[in-house]
Amino acid sequence: MLRFALSRILSLTLSLIAASLVIFAVIEVIPGDPAAFMLGLNAQPETVEALREELGLNGTLPARYLSWVGGLLVGDFGHSYTYRVPVVDLVMQRLWVSLPLAAYALALSTLIAFPVGLIAAARRGQPTDYGIMGATQLGIAVPNFWFAMLLVLVFAINLRWFSAGGFPGWDNGIGPAIKALTLPAVALALPQASILARVLRSALIDTLGQDYIRTARAKGLSRRQALTRHALRNAMIPVLTIIGLQFSFLLAGAIIIENVFFLPGLGRLIFQGITQRDLIVVESVVMLLVFAVIMVTFLVDMAYALVDPRLRHKR
Amino acid sequence: MRWPVQLTLGATLSAVFLLAAGLSFVWVPHDVTAISIADKLKPSSATFFLGTDHFGRDILSMLMVGARTSIAVALIAVGIGIAIGVPLGLTAAARKDSLLDEVIMRGNDLIFAFPSLVIAILITAVFGPSAVNAIIAIGIFNIPVFARVARGGALSLWTLDYILAARVAGKNALRISVEHILPNILNLLIVQGTIQFSLGILAEAGLSYVGLGAQPPTPSWGRMLADAQTMIYTAPRLAILPGLAIVFTVLGLNLMGDGLRDLLDPRVRRARG
Repeated sequence: MLRFALSRILSLTLSLIAASLVIFAVIEVIPGDPAAFMLGLNAQPETVEALREELGLNGTLPARYLSWVGGLLVGDFGHSYTYRVPVVDLVMQRLWVSLPLAAYALALSTLIAFPVGLIAAARRGQPTDYGIMGATQLGIAVPNFWFAMLLVLVFAINLRWFSAGGFPGWDNGIGPAIKALTLPAVALALPQASILARVLRSALIDTLGQDYIRTARAKGLSRRQALTRHALRNAMIPVLTIIGLQFSFLLAGAIIIENVFFLPGLGRLIFQGITQRDLIVVESVVMLLVFAVIMVTFLVDMAYALVDPRLRHKR
Repeated sequence: MRWPVQLTLGATLSAVFLLAAGLSFVWVPHDVTAISIADKLKPSSATFFLGTDHFGRDILSMLMVGARTSIAVALIAVGIGIAIGVPLGLTAAARKDSLLDEVIMRGNDLIFAFPSLVIAILITAVFGPSAVNAIIAIGIFNIPVFARVARGGALSLWTLDYILAARVAGKNALRISVEHILPNILNLLIVQGTIQFSLGILAEAGLSYVGLGAQPPTPSWGRMLADAQTMIYTAPRLAILPGLAIVFTVLGLNLMGDGLRDLLDPRVRRARG
């Protein structure tokens, strides 16, 4: 287990280094001077020079890369040019919207997908199964931001149960904050729940064909008992993979959904960064998102190895 | 062998949108760039079959041209994924466990760590938003997908006797990959291509919705939805129609992908029994 963990940590580190190099290179690719790019066409040469100094653009490439990464490691993401505050403060503030939103959506998606997938697998080939499969097929085809608009139309405009957007902040109590995140979370969760339910169904059907299920049935377990006691546990590996992948999808998907609901999360921050040409913000938030994805993949890998010893020895 | 029902259904749905996109090159009911404030927000009528938007532009015409944008972006992005990903995957399989294989597969993992939206954001932050940059962003994301499918499919073929025979006959890895491996993984690539095509349509819609895709006045479904959002109180129809176009196109392509898999992959057929 220790060897496995060490090799995974090594590859995690390499991935992070590679990702940071790619992001750094892309930002460096900008034709001309980043400082001039950020300030626009009418900037005074002195202002540009001052910003170059502030951004540390006068150093060599490797020195600049190392100072950026070194800063990231100690939690110094640089200064936002437009907000005039440390980027890390901005990110932390916004993270308290994006992270709960992604977690909320993931919880909803899992809560919906499990019963739905189980029922479809148990009633395989029957009308219930066909109905569920048809509904999930539709769920996958619906763009989450359009579904979000429909939710606004029904629940905010017609029924007036929720507000159409905005976020009251966590200081005004957990209830209103959760309520403000509910429609966005539902919009994010629906397509993911459809995918997860389909994966769960086919994983269950795969395991139900195995010999040990036949043995369990022969031992006198009912179909349902065999399904919940034996098949479900063994179907968890592909399902866990998808749940892990979904978390990163949800974080990225939140970027768009936050724009539908005007939520002050990382997604809004990144778009404001783009329109205001605040490259330091864009660079740092992109790195943070990629870090999150790589971290989640790593944790899922480790979780497998804990659950299933066979995977520890596979190359 | 039974013809899969979803293939017929999916192909029909996809064909409707392909035809609409194709037709839009030669004919649309109204010019999509003609702004006529007098005709703004008209309900559907004989002149404007699906009504007009806030600039008095014909919705049906915009949907038709929007189909062209979506399909073009998604199709070229799939093309990029195949053109770069498949040779990489075939190379990795031919040199299995070599350093080259390792480098290619780790590179794939790295791209996977960037969600396509994040790639798009990075590209647009640097080069500005445009349909071409949307294509590049979605295309880059397709590369590892096809590399993986090609490598996986090729690896299972490399162990077979007829490949051994080809090696004994003196063919090198490149010729074997092109002449024997590629034709035999074509069905896998077609199925994956359909799936990536539908994902590309969704991604393009998302990107142009947040303003990172095709720029006005080029109509695109995502942009139409973004414009409709401010008028969702007064004209919900504007928000519903482009969304339905996306859903039906993606649904059609997904059904077609499932149907093709049933048709082309005998293992699935047996498993479904």
